[in-house]
Amino acid sequence: MLHSTLLCFILLYAVGILDVDLCGPSIPRMLRVGKPEVHQCDAGWVPVYADPQQQLAIMSIGFLLEDSDEAVIWRGPKKTALIGQFVSDVAWGELDVLLVDTPPGTSDEHLAVLENLRKHRVDGAVLVTTPQAVSTGDVRREITFCKKTAVKILGIVENMSGFVCPHCSECSNIFSKGGGEELAKLTGSVFLGSVPLDPLLAASLEEGQDFLQAFPDSSTYTAISQIANTLLSSLDA
Amino acid sequence: MTMYFIFIQVCSKSLQERQRQHMARGLPKQKPIAGVKEVIVVASGKGGVGKSTTAVNLALGLMANDQSKSVGLLDADVYGPSVPKLMNLKGNPELTDKNLMRPLVNFGIPCMSMGFLVEEVAPIVWRGLMVMSAIEKLVRQVDWGNLDYLVIDMPPGTGDVQLSITQNIPIAGAVIVSTPQDIALLDARRGAEMFRKVNVPVLGLVQNMSVFQCPKCNHQTHIFGLDGAKELAQTLGVEMLGDIPLHLNIRETSDKGQPVVVSSPDSPEAEAYRRVAAAVVRRLAEHLR
Repeated sequence: MLHSTLLCFILLYAVGILDVDLCGPSIPRMLRVGKPEVHQCDAGWVPVYADPQQQLAIMSIGFLLEDSDEAVIWRGPKKTALIGQFVSDVAWGELDVLLVDTPPGTSDEHLAVLENLRKHRVDGAVLVTTPQAVSTGDVRREITFCKKTAVKILGIVENMSGFVCPHCSECSNIFSKGGGEELAKLTGSVFLGSVPLDPLLAASLEEGQDFLQAFPDSSTYTAISQIANTLLSSLDA
Repeated sequence: MTMYFIFIQVCSKSLQERQRQHMARGLPKQKPIAGVKEVIVVASGKGGVGKSTTAVNLALGLMANDQSKSVGLLDADVYGPSVPKLMNLKGNPELTDKNLMRPLVNFGIPCMSMGFLVEEVAPIVWRGLMVMSAIEKLVRQVDWGNLDYLVIDMPPGTGDVQLSITQNIPIAGAVIVSTPQDIALLDARRGAEMFRKVNVPVLGLVQNMSVFQCPKCNHQTHIFGLDGAKELAQTLGVEMLGDIPLHLNIRETSDKGQPVVVSSPDSPEAEAYRRVAAAVVRRLAEHLR
């Protein structure tokens, strides 16, 4: 949920999104691309494009299921095999950035992605947490995982950081606040920024609406843009 | 020619028989956990919807509603074990004379979690097979004693852990937790379908983070949407077990390891969890009939 929410910003770049959350593929729904058929070309599977300019390419198991409500009850080896195909057999074309949306945990999907991307290059990982202790506790393990697998941590994002009441503007820290920033300090990682808990963002993702186009003045937009810019500068560096 | 034909027929029959035996051997047999009367799994499909918080407060709710019942809690989320934090438990389990792990107890609930066996920052970077073996240990090599209910906090998803647990242990019922968002509900639906496929009765849905009331002006905001879970429950033909609001108190008490059902028993949030527990008991009884 956290990863998926934050990936949905369209940059001025050619971006690919690889959704390896095989049990819970949310990207097709969030980007409102429906259930198009995945075609083959000479170079491999053609990704689904979210926009007519073909700036945002997507591959997800959601496109391959007969019924979008179907449960994918697979054990590790099968998941590993499909992820291998997603990496090698999709004709991504020329991309500036390939974003990989992973499920929670540190299991087959994560190992499969890293193993398959090794021969190319993994520039790094962005870790998303909500501020409360049970979340930061899990992300702490993810940080160790990245260190052990020599994946550079590009930074930590604190999602659902504070809720501003639309009625009286009082800010309530429903999921606490600052946990992500603290975690970044504790582990010597970059803190990329916080994204507030915004019902408009949640609703946009439900409807597959482009939040950035619909609400360019919101503070959530500013927060996400800043995170994107910080990330891009660190990639360019 | 005739002899060859018969020979091939006999061969293919015994081949089929061997295949059948092999397949039958491949499927694990369900074995109840010694001393445990009913196993309830708490699942979601999606991560981050409050499954562990619900599992913890459900276990405490079951005990709060009926003090004579003994309830245990198994944290099957090996990758992100939250139970130690939520139940304020730490430390390595001791071993009994029979080489079983002694569960750690708080608020009267014996608990077992991967979190007790590894360091707080250590990731569990395991593939499916190792996870299955770990789950087996967390289930069977624990001295649970006699329990009326064992609540199992499942990890998100519909993969190895879910399959291992549902194939190896007879489950009395599954509680599916979701927020009202479509994206969470989509995964909850997949979760429900998985349980149907493996013949585990779905006791019902819990709609978590349903509404937030501003502490200053009391204005209510449905941050994650309105009533999505209720609609899904209707579509799937399952019951709504309850509705839990988004309240700072739940998160604050969770972070401190003082679950809301025991730390603020008179609060509406605690009451909501106790209602879910009561609904679970009723559904279990209905299902037995």
